[in-house]
Amino acid sequence: MSLQVVTANRLDDGLVVFLTADGGWSENIDQARVADGKEAGNALLAEASVPELDIIIVGPYLIEVEQQDGGLVPTKYREILRTKGPSVRQDLGYQAG
Amino acid sequence: MYRYDDFDRQLVLERTEQFREQVERRLSGDITEEQFRPLRLMNGVYLQLHAYMLRVAVPYGTLRADQLRQLGYIARRYDKGYGHFTTRQNIQYNWPKLDEIPDALLDLAKVEMHAIQTSGNCIRNTTTDQYAGAAADEIEDPRPYCELIRQWSTFHPEFTYLPRKFKVAVTGSANDRAAVKVHDIGLRMHHNDAGEVGFEVIVGGGLGRTPFVGKTVRDFIGKNDLFSYLEAILRVYNRFGRRDNKYKARFKILVHEIGIEEVQRLVEEEWNLIKDGSLRVDDAEIAHYIEQFAPPAFETLTDDDAEFERRKAENREFANWVRSNVIAHKQPGYAIANVSLKPIGGIPGDATDTQMELVADLSDQYSFGDVRVTHEQNLVLPHVKKADLFSLWAELKNANLATANLGYVSDIICCPGLDYCALATARSIPLSQRISERFSDLDRQHDIGELKIKISGCINACGHHHVGHIGILGLDKRGKEFYQITLGGDASENAEIGKIAGAGFSEAEVVDAIESLVTKYLGIRETGERFIDTYRRVGMDPFKEVLYGDR
Amino acid sequence: MAIVKNDSVIDQEWITVDIEGDLPAGEENIIVPLARFKEERETLIGRNGGLGVQLNSGDAPEDLADDLDRLSIITVNFPAYTDGRGYSYARVLRERFGFKGELRAIGDVLRDQILYMHRCGFDAYELKNDDDVSLTKVRAALKEMTVYYQPTGDGRATAASLREQRRAAIKTAS
Ligand code: HEM
Ligand code: SF4
Repeated sequence: MSLQVVTANRLDDGLVVFLTADGGWSENIDQARVADGKEAGNALLAEASVPELDIIIVGPYLIEVEQQDGGLVPTKYREILRTKGPSVRQDLGYQAG
Repeated sequence: MYRYDDFDRQLVLERTEQFREQVERRLSGDITEEQFRPLRLMNGVYLQLHAYMLRVAVPYGTLRADQLRQLGYIARRYDKGYGHFTTRQNIQYNWPKLDEIPDALLDLAKVEMHAIQTSGNCIRNTTTDQYAGAAADEIEDPRPYCELIRQWSTFHPEFTYLPRKFKVAVTGSANDRAAVKVHDIGLRMHHNDAGEVGFEVIVGGGLGRTPFVGKTVRDFIGKNDLFSYLEAILRVYNRFGRRDNKYKARFKILVHEIGIEEVQRLVEEEWNLIKDGSLRVDDAEIAHYIEQFAPPAFETLTDDDAEFERRKAENREFANWVRSNVIAHKQPGYAIANVSLKPIGGIPGDATDTQMELVADLSDQYSFGDVRVTHEQNLVLPHVKKADLFSLWAELKNANLATANLGYVSDIICCPGLDYCALATARSIPLSQRISERFSDLDRQHDIGELKIKISGCINACGHHHVGHIGILGLDKRGKEFYQITLGGDASENAEIGKIAGAGFSEAEVVDAIESLVTKYLGIRETGERFIDTYRRVGMDPFKEVLYGDR
Repeated sequence: MAIVKNDSVIDQEWITVDIEGDLPAGEENIIVPLARFKEERETLIGRNGGLGVQLNSGDAPEDLADDLDRLSIITVNFPAYTDGRGYSYARVLRERFGFKGELRAIGDVLRDQILYMHRCGFDAYELKNDDDVSLTKVRAALKEMTVYYQPTGDGRATAASLREQRRAAIKTAS
């Protein structure tokens, strides 16, 4: 079992975004489309890597996530930081609310 | 201080417009990210974990008050109210939006600043001694030469697509405060036998994943010949540096692989063919630049000031600050005041918009509008009358900028690490905060004396951990952050790469580990010895033992 | 594909023959890689028809020093725009050996590098775009900057020399 979502940075403001079910990009990981397993993950990434998206996002890649309390949480600490903001400035980034 | 003339101004404005157009081409899809990336990097724009990052050049670490004030404004207008001063004497903003960066660059251009060549495989911002033009131990102010290097290296048509980045550092003093031996080219000013002033040329130093202390390629190059000599070195590097492997592309690897003698042969051969060409800079031209950096209008004072002495005697806190943060000036009655950006538990090198504005105002008031950025991530007011030090200190203290810890255990160099950096393997800032808090007692810090801790969040070594007396490298071990300790590094004229002490520590353990090293040192030091001196005398073993026991 | 030289699009009048390809029998103008030139120098310079050499990254322009007056064109191949060796080759050819023929940048030649190429001595650029786009790009690139700090062989006045002139003018005026 490995759940994955696609993340990237938005081209114009650089902020962290996730590929959503309707093919858009959201700042909220909980709205991300989840792929289960390697094959589904690669398909999702392929969808996010088409040239047309080059003017919307930069550098899409897959990250592993887990379901936790009804939300999605990345398994890697680096990616948790990306969903929140710097751990040393909890007043900044998405965690600032 | 150097002021732009219309040529410099025009060049920066043209560059700003050029980048605005490149950003437009990118946003409209005219160029791809792959094509845009090197263009944005050449203008100091990275993409980091949370957002874009803009790195602004502070050429040779010298700022005017109006420039620092503008940096504060930019922090507020385009960022989230702060900036991060780096080991490269630059400032980084962590949250600018790509579509606003051209405006930020235009605002920088208004105060004669830019982000040119703060990234990319080109010649980067030249760094130097933060006390240039003020230090009592200086042979000559290195900044006129740094400015000439800045101009020579800016948009150098031949050297904009080098194998890898290229860093030049210059020291005008025998006491090297610019870490010249760990740069691609280090220039050390000295006298030759004829009594002329020139430069020793050191090449192939560097940190990163394969650290090297640089080697001397030429004992002495005269001032007039410096620029053709630099061009010869760069041409050799551009032609022969490795391009097959990014990790072996730095100049240091070429120097290591073909040897300093061969590098010397190639450089001298090239130089002999170009030395009489148009890069020879004559004395008259150099004199124009020396004039630009002429000392400010110092008053004629006696060196000791009764009021200053009285304040020191009365106020222990002030006296401690003077002891650690104030340094001898070449002009009698003046001193160099260091502004610590390392408050206990703070983020090393970060300054808020209002702090920048305050330091700008204080420099206007007390230091001829001159401010410096240090590679140790602090600020400096280089020309303060001793009689003014007390009022300066009081104002700095109000803004949490007067921590009396320069060179001490809490004056930690620290890269952004995993909190910001896309390349990081571990966080570095929280660690520096925990260490700083552990040693929060300033009396204890003063007792420990000079101890340079340097922390990097990955092997790229932006936090100079290889040359920390105690270096800490953050790594990732199966998803957990852990930290490797090196000992005995030194960035000074006695440059040395630290040695790995042994297995790494978890975040929870590492602060204790540092404390045990310090305790050991205190137990065995001889009179007058700094940590690094004791380490050199006794070697690794006693320290290893306190870290690992029988482990 | 278009070649831009002297503010206009020019025809491709050269056939590039690779390291082992057959040499054309007639009087065609040919360009051969440096390696082949070194190997078959006598044959090549004895041939009728124009001769040019292609430099690839890692080649030594010094190898052509004695033959430059036999060559009408040298192409310098940029395998990737990030490989900047060709800039040094161009300066060495122009400034050290005084090569007067056409110096053409080929390979990964993009708009944003053209000004640097020109400053290093290139006078022709082979772009992957069509004629109009290529010409527009080269024109735009060449006028993007007007201040130059480094003396190269391109004849542009440097900021330092203009400052010097200005100081001299002020001196004579006073
Ligand atoms: C946050 C974004 C940053 C990125 C992506 C980055 C990237 C890198 C990389 C890849 C290297 C290794 C280069 C090599 O060895 O070839 C490096 C080295 C270095 N960087 Fe950074 N860096 C960043 C921030 C900083 C900061 C904040 C500082 C100053 C505090 C800094 C100063 C340096 C220094 C001094 C070196 C090592 C010296 C050398 O070039 O050998 N960098 N950086
Ligand atoms: S050392 Fe590593 S983690 Fe730290 S700033 Fe440099 S690249 Fe980032």
